[in-house]
Amino acid sequence: MGDDTQTRQVPAAVGVAGRATAGTLELGGGLRPGDLAATRRWVPSWWHLVLIPLAVVMLFPFFWLVVTSFQTLAQSRTFGLHFAFQWHNYVDAWTQAPFGRWLFNTTLVSVTVVISNLVFCSLAGYALARMRFFGNGALFLVILATLMVPFQVVMVPTLLIVRGLGLVDTLPALMAPNLVTPFGVFLLRQFFRTMPVEIEEAARIDGAGRLGTLFKVVMPSMRAPLATVGIMTLLWTWNDFLWPLIVIQSEKNYTLQLGLMSFQGAHNINWPLVMAATVMTQIPMLVIFVLAQRWFVQSLATQGLKG
Amino acid sequence: MTGAENGAGGRGGPGRARLWDRLFASDHVAGWLFVSPAVVLIGLFGVAPIVWSLIISFQQNSLDTSGIWIGLANYRHLMHDPAFAASVRRTIVYTALFVPITLFAALAVAVTLNRRLHGMRFYRTAVFAPVVTSTVATAIMFSWLLDPYFGIVNLFLNKVGVASQSFFQDPSQALYCIVLVTVWGWLGFAVVIYLAALQGIPRELLEAAEIDGATRWRAFWRVQFPLLGPTTLFLVVWLSINALQEFDEIYVITHGGPLASTTVVVYYLFQQAFAFFDAGYATAIAYVVFLGILALTVVQLLLGRKLVHYRS
Repeated sequence: MGDDTQTRQVPAAVGVAGRATAGTLELGGGLRPGDLAATRRWVPSWWHLVLIPLAVVMLFPFFWLVVTSFQTLAQSRTFGLHFAFQWHNYVDAWTQAPFGRWLFNTTLVSVTVVISNLVFCSLAGYALARMRFFGNGALFLVILATLMVPFQVVMVPTLLIVRGLGLVDTLPALMAPNLVTPFGVFLLRQFFRTMPVEIEEAARIDGAGRLGTLFKVVMPSMRAPLATVGIMTLLWTWNDFLWPLIVIQSEKNYTLQLGLMSFQGAHNINWPLVMAATVMTQIPMLVIFVLAQRWFVQSLATQGLKG
Repeated sequence: MTGAENGAGGRGGPGRARLWDRLFASDHVAGWLFVSPAVVLIGLFGVAPIVWSLIISFQQNSLDTSGIWIGLANYRHLMHDPAFAASVRRTIVYTALFVPITLFAALAVAVTLNRRLHGMRFYRTAVFAPVVTSTVATAIMFSWLLDPYFGIVNLFLNKVGVASQSFFQDPSQALYCIVLVTVWGWLGFAVVIYLAALQGIPRELLEAAEIDGATRWRAFWRVQFPLLGPTTLFLVVWLSINALQEFDEIYVITHGGPLASTTVVVYYLFQQAFAFFDAGYATAIAYVVFLGILALTVVQLLLGRKLVHYRS
């Protein structure tokens, strides 16, 4: 399996050029000025016959979600395909539950957790990669061990600890257990180790302090792994469900996902209303994803390579 | 140079600053200062709960800091609890379906997406979008698609002459529907991982195989697939770990029902802890699940070491 079909369809020169640069992520760059304008827009390929159904299957749940969110209740309760366009469900959902408040909560918790992870995981990862301090090997092993323990094992005592700190049913309860993730420390340590020591030594000789070296010399070349930690932490925190479910009780402290779940529970006979709420709660992350797709994809891939 | 001011301030400063500089120059001092926030937080929310959880599993504990020590009673109970055994069986069925389906679907999709075509960006976005959709939203979307009365999937089934199905409300179908939902949600992740690995394979290898007269199909299975070995192994391990912990979609869609047909082991332990407030029993289950995951991972890695060839 390769791109034989494509090569067969386009002029030979394009095929060769395509081959030479294959492997890069961008598309359609192999065309020459002499090609027809039509082929520049659309190179026919049999692969579309596979890819279009694939896209339909993956996107259909979203499509039907949006279509339903514009239906009337009566339409949704009649078996059949119905298309309508009325904003009522969005207005109703927005006024019937504090979605704005939940968006604020989720954003506050996620941003705090992401920033805290970027700072503290960098510090710890750097120390574990570069400094030989008493117990560094043991400490690394302990962090690795906690990385492997599933959340279900620790959720009961974590709740008891959070209760002991007087944080149950508050937003800090959602932040505290995730402020430093073993995943972040581990990933950044691995990346710090792959960097040449010479640059840091030169900076030290020039009189830079440890923090100066880390933040001004080392960090700028760590953009990719930092993006990975940031994006993965953001995704986990934003979409986390089990921990908020356990630790939050009052509606005003819900996250978007918890709020959506409770909204569905309260209105589960009114599907168009629930669908409008679902669209509203998913839009922020989907927009961020579409804008930063390259970084998301790279972050997921990095997780696979190093995880 | 960059950051020179940090050092300069110390060098010319008063004695206290110089002492601090000297202390900070020691790896022991600076190292522990750097790791201290991580040590405190991971200690409090990572290490302490692991140990405490083990202690609770030997207690009769109603989600409280005080529990009564009952030794191995929770673990003994677990051995003779038919509901626990049933939840383990469902988890195994779920994992045995979810992991291979996701893996092979992702491999096929990744190979299809790994080419230069117009519109590829759109196709990739379509496959990746479910990854950033929350499990709650995914669950809600599919409970509507698969609604027994007004769901559009039943409409399509009727159109092709198949009777309406009950899906999540049918004890014999619900678990398989959960598999479907989670495969849709996880596919994009596995595809990203496979795509990254596919793009790391030098094209010369494939071309060499073709020159040697291998068909595309053979070249893929003989050349590309073995090179994807480490990636496949990672995905098998990672997908299994997550499948054994499946919870969110089940909580939102079926609440473990109908007739407990989707009560997988983590849902069962959640019920024990937060519906019946039997935290001791719940943590005992959690530890057994953890050991199960650990054992499966070790077996997979050992098998993988035999089957997978790592490049240099």
